[in-house]
Amino acid sequence: MGNVAQAPVPPFERFYLAHRDEVLAYLRRLLGPRAEDAWQETFLRALRAYGRLQHGRHLRAWVFTIATNVAMDDLRAKRPEPLTEATEPSVELGHDAFRELEHLTDGLPPTERAAVVLRYGYDLPYAQIADALGSSEEAARAAASSGVRRLRRTHERHT
Amino acid sequence: MNVTPDLDARFRAAALGEGIVDVRFDLVDSPVGPLYVAATERGVCRISFSPEHGEASVVHDFGARILRAPLDEVRRELDEYFDGRRQAFDLALDLRVAPFYADVLRELATVPYGSTTTYGTLARQAGRPSAARAVGTVMNRNPVPIVLPCHRVVGANGALTGYAGGLEVKRRLLQLEGASLL
Repeated sequence: MGNVAQAPVPPFERFYLAHRDEVLAYLRRLLGPRAEDAWQETFLRALRAYGRLQHGRHLRAWVFTIATNVAMDDLRAKRPEPLTEATEPSVELGHDAFRELEHLTDGLPPTERAAVVLRYGYDLPYAQIADALGSSEEAARAAASSGVRRLRRTHERHT
Repeated sequence: MNVTPDLDARFRAAALGEGIVDVRFDLVDSPVGPLYVAATERGVCRISFSPEHGEASVVHDFGARILRAPLDEVRRELDEYFDGRRQAFDLALDLRVAPFYADVLRELATVPYGSTTTYGTLARQAGRPSAARAVGTVMNRNPVPIVLPCHRVVGANGALTGYAGGLEVKRRLLQLEGASLL
């Protein structure tokens, strides 16, 4: 109960105003012009579930999880996931490097794309990215890493 | 890349249309300052002189699925009241209060525009003649002031005694109604 008192669930209006813009920007990064329908569906799903929240912690990660689920349904329908690659050493990207490569993320498979954007575009820790993807933390790290390698390969081909 | 007014309006309409909003609220400008007004599907559930207190009490009583949306009927009746063109409200109310509160608020609703009564009188009318002090508590926690006119309740000696919106607001409301004050 102590945690509930420390982090009560805020009124939905406040939650919505705090996150609506960044969720739309995130979905634009994943879905381009199809983002608006996904954005509305994200906040409708959030509102349907809102009455069952037990506390107000991690609401940002929660709404990114919902947005990711909505986006994945859309992306997987358009482009099936490839088989996961053999495990390779994990690679990370600096923020400047991400900005340079970001325009290529629409060529990534859905899971890698979401993992890379959440990691480098929104600074979410891998534990929260794992929640958003419905996977383990290792799998989230591997997806981001694989996405980074794929971005670099694409970048090299184009330069 | 921000959410446009059009996209925002579409979302609010979809949420209200789906029936997943427990309470809608709005802020209504008035001569006594901005009023926080809130309503369920059944009727007006809160009017508050403080948006923060209003919001907190609505979350407490009705849950957190709260969305801002125009409450045109409430706004219209309040505007008419403050213009001196309305003496009684026709709004449906959704008051989830204990039985004693309900008894007292029902009697309060019958106090006519422009007149005053006392805490003791209301207590007698509610069938609890010794409960004048408790009636004061009910007035202080009136979920819908102005619409249920707790500003018309004064001390036995005619003193204004207290008001959730402050004594100055109580005085202004009674002056607006043309009530005779001490």
